[in-house]
Parts: sequence; C-alpha cells; structure tokens
Amino acid sequence: MSAVNAIARALPIPAGAGLARALVERNARAFRHGWVTLVSGVFEPMFYLFSLGVGLGALIGDVDAGGGRMVEYAAYVAPAMMAAAAMNGAVYDSTFNLFFKLKYARLYDSVLATPLGPRDVAVGEITWALLRGLLYSTAFLVVAAAAGMVSSWWAVLALPAASLIGLAFAAVGMSVTTYLRSWQDFDYIQLALMPMFLFSATFYPLSTYDESIRWLVQATPLYHGVAMIRDLMLGDVAWGILAHVAYLAVMGLVGLVFAARRIERLLLR
Amino acid sequence: MVGAHRLTKRFGEFTAVDAIDVEVRRGEAFGFLGPNGAGKSSTMRMIGCVSPPTEGSLRILGLDPATDGPAIRARLGVVPQRDTLDEELTVRENILVYGRYFGLSRAQVNAKADELLEFAQLGERAGSVVEPLSGGMKRRLTIARSLVNDPELLLLDEPTTGLDPQARHVLWDRLFRLKRSGVTLVLTTHYMDEAEQLCDRLVVMDGGRIVAEGSPRELIALHSTREVLELRFAADDHAPYAAKLTGLADRVEVLPDRLLLYTDDGDATAAAVHGRGLAPLSVLARRSTLEDVFLHLTGRTLVD
Repeated sequence: MSAVNAIARALPIPAGAGLARALVERNARAFRHGWVTLVSGVFEPMFYLFSLGVGLGALIGDVDAGGGRMVEYAAYVAPAMMAAAAMNGAVYDSTFNLFFKLKYARLYDSVLATPLGPRDVAVGEITWALLRGLLYSTAFLVVAAAAGMVSSWWAVLALPAASLIGLAFAAVGMSVTTYLRSWQDFDYIQLALMPMFLFSATFYPLSTYDESIRWLVQATPLYHGVAMIRDLMLGDVAWGILAHVAYLAVMGLVGLVFAARRIERLLLR
Repeated sequence: MVGAHRLTKRFGEFTAVDAIDVEVRRGEAFGFLGPNGAGKSSTMRMIGCVSPPTEGSLRILGLDPATDGPAIRARLGVVPQRDTLDEELTVRENILVYGRYFGLSRAQVNAKADELLEFAQLGERAGSVVEPLSGGMKRRLTIARSLVNDPELLLLDEPTTGLDPQARHVLWDRLFRLKRSGVTLVLTTHYMDEAEQLCDRLVVMDGGRIVAEGSPRELIALHSTREVLELRFAADDHAPYAAKLTGLADRVEVLPDRLLLYTDDGDATAAAVHGRGLAPLSVLARRSTLEDVFLHLTGRTLVD
C-alpha cells in the first residue's frame, strides 16, 4: 500500500493527507458487521472450478496449454477462475459498494470534511478491495492446490498477480461508478464483464479463435489476467509475462488517478 | 478565525454566494441567518474547505484553503445539515473511526469516545447501530463526532432543524458549554430564537448577499422598533384598517390575519388605536424579535 501511496504522490492527482489507511480500517470494521458477504466471495470461484473443471473436465480430457503442452482441463481452467474471481470481486467492490456509499450513505461527505482528501478515498477504497480480493484468492489457491490442480511453486506469485488484476479493475470500476446515475446503469457493467468472462481464453485456448479476431481478445484486460495467472500456476514462466503485468499496472494506475479526479469533481464542488 | 473578502461561489450561471465580506473572531458564536437558498450552506462548505471559492479571498485559521485544506480541516469540526453518520457502524465506532480520519491513535480515540458519548448523553447506546436512533440522538452523535479532534472552530449547518423542542434545548445547552470552553462557533439557522440564543454576532443573507450584520440586539434596534403591536380585527381583509392607523406607528405591515405596528411603546400605541374608535378583537404588544428583522429584510414571499 505504501508503494501505491508513493506512486500516487508522485503523480499530479488530487490532494490527500496520506490517511487512506483510516478508510481501510473503517471498511474492515463495517465488514465485521456484514461478514456473510465473505462466504459468497470465497465459494463462487470454487463452485465454478468444480463444476467446470472437474465435471465438464471429465468429458473434455486434456487440453493444449500452449506450445503443445497437454494439461488436465481442471488445471487449465483453474487459473482462469482465479483471475475472473479477482476481476469480479474488484468490480463488485468498486461499483455496487462504492455507488451505495457515494449516493445513499453519503459516506464521503463526512470523510472529506476531515483531513482526508479525494486521493485518500480512491487509494483507501481500492486498497480495501485488494485486501478482500487477496483473502479470496488465497482461499482459492489453497483449495486448487489441495485438489492437485497446481503444478508449480510459481503459483505462489499468482496471489500478487490476482491483486494486480484487482487493482486494474477496481480503479477502472471506481472511475466508471462516478458516472453512474441509477442502479439501472449497472447493466452496462454486466454487459462489459460477461463477454470478457466467457471469451478471454478463459475456458479454451486463444488458438480456438480465427487469427483475424485474436487481437480483439488480446486487447481485453481479463485476457492478460488469465494468461498471467495461467503461466504462473502451470509454471510456464517466460519474459513475455511482463507484458501482461505492464498492461494491468498501467490500467490500474491510470484508473486510480482518474478515479481520484472524478471523486474530487463530484464531491468537492 | 475566518476572514472572507468578496467571497463568491458560482455554479455555472447561478451565483450562490455573491461577493460577501465576513470576519469571525476567536471565541465568538457567529451566525448566518437567511431563508432557504440564501447561500448559507455554500458559504459553510467553502469555510469547511470542501468547496473551492470561485472568486475572492478566504483565510481560515490564518491559512489558505486552496493550499492547506487538509491542515485546516484537521482543526475544524463540521456538523453538516444532513446527518452523515456511518450507518454500517455502531454509535461508538462512529466516533472511533472518525477520530482515526484525523490521524489520532487508537488510545486517543478510545479515551475521546468515552468522553464524547457522555457529553452527548449516548453512553447507554454506545453499542447500538445508528439507524434506530431518534433524530435528536443522531444529531447529538453528529455533534459529538465533530468534536473528536478538539476543533478550534466548529461549523454547524442548521444544527437543530427537524428536532423537537426538548432535543433542541439539549443541543443548545451543549453548544453553550462548548462556547464557554472557548470553541468558536459558526452556525447557520433559519430559527430566530436559535440565533438570538446562541449568536454573539450574525449576518442576514438573502440571494447570496449579506443584507445586514451585527449583534441580535443591534439588528433589532437598526431594522425594527423596540416593540411590535399585533392587532386582529373581525374582518377577512385587514388592509382597510391599515389606512385608518396611519401616523400611529413607524411602520404598519398588513398580514392576511393581522396587522403589525412597529412602535417603540406598544401599550401607548394600543391606547391610541382605541382612541381612534377602533375595536380590534385582540391586541398583543410584544418585544421586537429577530424574526421581525429577518422578515423585514428578506421579505415574506416564499423562496424555495
């Protein structure tokens, strides 16, 4: 988090008092009262994993994980579920939860009356989304490893990788949320997430697509998230993974700066 | 504490605050009085460093809000017009978490929470969630929360609007105590009794401008008379009676149900009214209040 803060400070973004942690603490306290939400976040990706990976996997057999290397379908699809869960968790936190706090609870009206500034709000909320996501992805990784779907120690790096996916999507999700007017507008977010979830080389390899449309899939952020985590969990790590990291890091930082600016324009009028 | 010079706030074409000059001194209770939409809240938001001025200069605690916002806010307490309590937290947690926003240590906020819950008479509800509290309790909690950083300057935007009389008196008592302990209060209100009770000095705002300024007593002396005589007649239209009363008072105001005669001696004027052979249904001589000043300055038409 201090790294996020340091980078944020170096960029020309709205003021803050460096007290984002106070907002994280506030969220942790609120979360203790509503811990049930934790359960769905942990189990959703696992349900997917077992229904698709184990159930459907029995019909499919082994698949080509790239470069002709054949792996069990469950091991192939598990990293994609982890990446998609990181995306979904971050988006949920930074859209639904944020919208509620912004429009109904008016939480930030009271927060911004204290030394905290819009940058603290953006950094604090996104940090919280990342911490929550880390909890989910750790639980997922442990279960996947116990089920024998993880074949390399590189997989430990899938945890920070999942956080990076979280950062990218939470920052953009937060920016988008500042434009939403009503709950109906959330359908647009679903409209963007659903195809990404289904088509980002999540359930089958990119090579399934015709050459002419592969670039389109490769342009989407979830594709990079899935590819990055799949490389790590299957132990297929090469320099090329840095391209995925760079894509998501840029998306996250640009999104963070933009989100802080939007909060400033929205609340400090 | 607060120095504003030609302070202006515009939202697009609309001018909410129009080049006002305000000076608030340490330790006083200063009021912004005015009808809805007069620009009171916009002014308060600028003083609270959550709304940048469009034009003019503003200094708070000797600092510039444009560059020292967080440093100023660290020394302010803010009670917004609408309660913005954190409904996901308990009463006590609201104070704890708010204190943490000011960078206070856990030990500090814990000690402060006990003290403030007692001050706000909410000790018994410390563990309760916020939602079921009564309006008065929520307001007291909002005020308690705003004191967590021992502010030098407390901004209260319509602190007692929507509360029942008991709750208002409890709040006034708390605000008196704060003032006595040296906290500077800046408040907005459209309750005249509140302004007379609490404010050492006040300004009356209307349409984004300051239309009068002074202590409650000065304002009454300047913009009203010492007393007001209220007359009711057995008629639907009181206007014809006003014509018969010319010369008896400094000013006669015609309301749908009564006449107001602004005069320095209500009883003498009442006698003079009878002397002209008029027999009102009821006669009431009372002291002039800030309300008379307010309505005189801002008019009786509804501005919303």
